[in-house]
This record gives sequence, C-alpha cells and structure tokens, in this order.
Amino acid sequence: MTEYNFAYLDEQTKRMIRRAILKGLAIPGYQVPFASREMPMPYGWGTGGVQVSAAVLTPKDTFKVIDQGADDTTNAVSIRTFFQRTAGVATTTATSDATVIQTRHRIPEEPLHEGQILVYQVPIPEPLRFLEPRESETRKMHSLEEYGLMHVKLYEDISRHGHIATSYAYPVKVEGRYVMDPSPIPKFDNPKLGDMAAIQLFGAGREQRIYALPPYTQVVSLDFEDHPFEASKADHPCGMCGATDSYLDELIIDDLGGRMFVCSDSDYCEARQATGHKGKDAA
Amino acid sequence: MYVAVKGGERAIENAHAWLAEERRGNTDIAELSIAQIREQLSLAVNRVMAEGSLYDPDLAALAIKQARGDLIEAIFLIRAYRTTLPRFGASEPVDTGIMACDRRISATFKDLPGGQVLGPTFDYTHRLLDFKLAADGEVPKAPSRDAETGNVPHVTEFLNREGLIEEAPHDDTPPPDLTREPLEMPADRALRLQALTRADEGFTLGLAYSTQRGYGRNHAFVGELRIGSVPVEMDIPELGFAVEIGEVILTECETVNQFTGSKTEPPQFTRGYGLVFGQTERKAISMALVDRALRWEELGEDNVGAPAQDAEFVLYHADNIQATGFLEHIKLPHYVDFQSELELVRKLRREAGAQQVQEAAE
Repeated sequence: MTEYNFAYLDEQTKRMIRRAILKGLAIPGYQVPFASREMPMPYGWGTGGVQVSAAVLTPKDTFKVIDQGADDTTNAVSIRTFFQRTAGVATTTATSDATVIQTRHRIPEEPLHEGQILVYQVPIPEPLRFLEPRESETRKMHSLEEYGLMHVKLYEDISRHGHIATSYAYPVKVEGRYVMDPSPIPKFDNPKLGDMAAIQLFGAGREQRIYALPPYTQVVSLDFEDHPFEASKADHPCGMCGATDSYLDELIIDDLGGRMFVCSDSDYCEARQATGHKGKDAA
Repeated sequence: MYVAVKGGERAIENAHAWLAEERRGNTDIAELSIAQIREQLSLAVNRVMAEGSLYDPDLAALAIKQARGDLIEAIFLIRAYRTTLPRFGASEPVDTGIMACDRRISATFKDLPGGQVLGPTFDYTHRLLDFKLAADGEVPKAPSRDAETGNVPHVTEFLNREGLIEEAPHDDTPPPDLTREPLEMPADRALRLQALTRADEGFTLGLAYSTQRGYGRNHAFVGELRIGSVPVEMDIPELGFAVEIGEVILTECETVNQFTGSKTEPPQFTRGYGLVFGQTERKAISMALVDRALRWEELGEDNVGAPAQDAEFVLYHADNIQATGFLEHIKLPHYVDFQSELELVRKLRREAGAQQVQEAAE
C-alpha cells in the first residue's frame, strides 16, 4: 500500500494527535479533545486506538494487538494486518517483546516494562456520561472537580445491592484529581493501571478524545472506606494452564451446561503451557 | 476438549471473498457499470455525495457499487477516502443567486421574478408502478426551451426590503471546520449548518417532522427551494485572483418562519436555511427546519425541551457514520465485559437467594 503514508495517517494529522497525546500526558486523566479522522474501519472498531497507534508507531516498533485479551480475535487480527500493511512494522503476540500494544477491554497479565506503550480503544471516554448525558455539563463537572454524583451512584449501588454494581469500566481517580474511565476493562484489571512502568494512552475516535497516564501514575479505583474496592474474577483456575491469578473467559463446552474456564490473555496462557503448566482440561 | 480459536485471519479472508461474490450476484446478469449508477441512480449518488461530504459523482457511484447499494456503507467509503485527501485550500463562497436553476419554487408567492420552475420533480407524479419500465426504459425526449439568463433573486430579499424578515448580515468570519476540529459546544450557526448538511437524511427528516408536529413548532413556509449548478471559484495565490475551477449542483432551501416576537426581537419573519450537495430536496428542507429550531436561543425564544431545539442532542447524534459504527460495534466480542457481568449477577442472585431463605426461616 504505497499510496498511503507510513501508518496510514498523513504527517500533519499525526502531529495533531501527538500534540493531544502530549497534553494528555501532561494532565493525567484529563480528556483532550482532538480532531479525530474517519478511518477505514468503522467507529466502534477501535478508530481512537488506531489513530493513537498510528501517531506513536515508528518503523522500529514491534506491534501487538489484543481484543478481549487475545491476539487471534477477528478484530485484533484485522487491526494488526492494517498496520502490517500500512506501516510494515514487525508484529508479535508476545507481550514482553512488543513496544506498542493496542488493546480492547484488557490489560495483559504479564507486567509491562518501561519503554512500552499500551494503547486502549475507548468507546465512551466520559466516566460521568451515564449520570449526565450532556458533554457541556460533564466538562464543567470535571473542571470544578464535582464528582459527588459519581459517589452518590456508587453509594446507591451499595444500599440497593450491598455492592458497587459496576464490574467493568470501573471509574478511577488519577493523581487525586481527574475521575477517569479506564475503558471497558474488567475491574479485575484496575489495580494494574496504577504505578505502571509503561505509558498508557487512551483513544476515543468517535467521541474525539485522547487521555493518558504517564508511567508510575497514581490511579485509585473509587470506593468507600467500609466498602473497599475489590478486583474480582471467576473463582476457578484456568482449565488449560492452571493459572489462578489470571482473568478467565467462561466457555460453554456442551449442550448439558458444561463449562470450562480459560485465560482470556492468550499469550499468557500459551506461555505457561509451553513451560509445562497444565490445567485440568488440557489434553 | 477445548482448542483455542485460531484462524481469525483465514475466516476474515474467506468472508471477504464471499462478500465480493455476493456483491457481484448472478454472473449471468450483466454487471453494473459506474456510469450506469451515476446516470440512472443519480439521487442515490447525490445522497452519498452530500453525506459523504465529497462532490464526485463517479466516486460516489463506485462507492454505491462496492457497498452493494447500502448507502450508509457507501457514505462511509467516501468519508474514509475524503479524509486522506490533501487540502490545497478553500473555495470562495458560492453564490446561489447566480445559480443556473433546474428547479425553483416558492410556496409563499404565486409568481415572482425569475418565475416558478418545476423541474424534474416527483411532486405531481402518481405513484403507480410503471410496468413498462420493467420491459423498456427508453423515454421520449422531454420538451425543452432556452434557459433563463440572468440572476435569480432570493425570495427572502423581497421580504427583507420591507423589513419583514430578520436581517442576515454579511459575515466574513471564516467558518469553523468540523472535519478538522473536534465538535465542541456551544456550536455557532455556521458549525451547526455544517454538521446538518452532512447529517443523516433520515435523522434530519425525523427531527424536522417532529417540529411540524409540535415538538418545538416554528411554522415554516418554504420561501424558496432551488436546485441547480453554481460555479466554484478558488483564489489562486500565484495569480492573485479567483478562477473558476468547476461547477457543483446544489439544493438550497430557505424557509420563512412565522415569529410573533420575543423578549429581544420584534415580530417578524425568521429564517431557516438548508444547503446540500446535489438534488437532495427532502434533506435540504429538513435541514432548514432543524436549523430554525436550533436558533431558539439567538432569537430569544423559549426552550420548550423539544429534541430539535437541543443542539447537543442533534449534533452529537446526526452523523450516520458515527451512529452506525457505535451501534454495530456491539456485535464485536464482549466476552470479557460479559464475563464480569456474569460474575456480578451470580453474586447478587446468590445473596438475594440467601436473604430470602433467611427471611422464610424467620
């Protein structure tokens, strides 16, 4: 595809996106408006993440794409192929080998290291959106640090259900200032957001917002003293690799309601299996 | 035995191959040419150009062919292509007063300078399926006469002479560019019109219709509707003057809206405006009605809470490429989120169940 620029976007557009990224890094958790472009994949397919990846990729990078934690889900395959074709970058499925990782809905199990960039695809960047549909209002609430509504919502959950009834896209507070949507990752992944060695960039294409967490940023999941945040996952070991510390997908394996649980992070699971770990359902 | 799903890549390739085959359909039937689509499905081509924000009938026809006739998909193809094009500059504002009109009607004056020209309209056709078309689409030549020469003044100018309609002062402020800057509220009228001209036809129509049925009613008359070609001029810095670089066909609708005055404005007629690429009059009229409804604040009207008055609601939901993308993305895998919801619902049910058992025991 020689008719397009490196990583598809033209240099002026990439420059505009990089400025938004830098601004985002300078104000962790603040949503920076940016002039998102129409991409050759639909809004909702990760156009924000794709634009951020396009802006940060260099020819020397090694790129990994995961969707739901796996490298082989169809949209992860499609985005990886897109950058192979338009940027010619090396790709990998190994988390530790990648310099740029684009993700949808998960943070890899293996801790990331310095020099890596994790790019999130974000559908609704505004953590207050479902409490207040107006963008003009929510921007005001952020600037005034007016987060009472969010705490009321969480409190109402507790009084009604005994728990905070949010299991993914669980809101966090960044460096004691901005309340931020971590994208629809399961709350199991929330503790990995804080103090991470890698740069975390969040791109919302349709909503035209970029935000960021520089390395080693303080990120706290919202909670109450008497109802502390709790990261949760299915209470099983992985059926393939036996891991007890990874987030699991539940699979229906027969029509009698038989189930098994498998790591959602395919690279993590395969690496464990390769080093001899075996779960109860492994062949 | 569970085997991790591999081969997403092959599945995608095969799906694309199948899609291409389905697009072509039965190969015993002659293939559609781009020229056929451009010439014979021209209103579809016009819609794709308008909502794709790119005036190129051949590319729009190609997009329709590639999209199997799905116009929103075709609009998406055009938008994705458009965004890669380099920008040489901006044209001079087009002057619709010198439009070579194919159609020009006014619902407010029986006769007026420049005359009423019906043009190629469905308006007075009887909607009877023409079975002759199924066999033979050839048509006799339509009668013709020489085109009117000279400018075609706007109806609103006549009203303006009497001071009966609000002023629309000349304004040279460069308009914001929706495709280069993120949409932010509050949006001025230029930005709103820009968003509306590429907005989904169906959404705009529905909103406009809602104002007619009382959700923010603004009593619109079609002061004028004109369709025709206008020259596009561009200032060439090396030459130091503007030269004509082509022509575009536009549909322009100016509504004249009854207005009994407000806290800030005297009783007078007010304006709604629609301007859209191609022959697209349903869209242009809808746009004018929605534009007028969105102007409540600057005219000092009450906000009655109607959807069409709510700029944030209208502008954030009018783009069909954004809407269809986000709507359809829910078919992508959500295993991870769903799994976390499963855990939560199971936990809540367990606890609710335990509570019931406890209450029964007490």
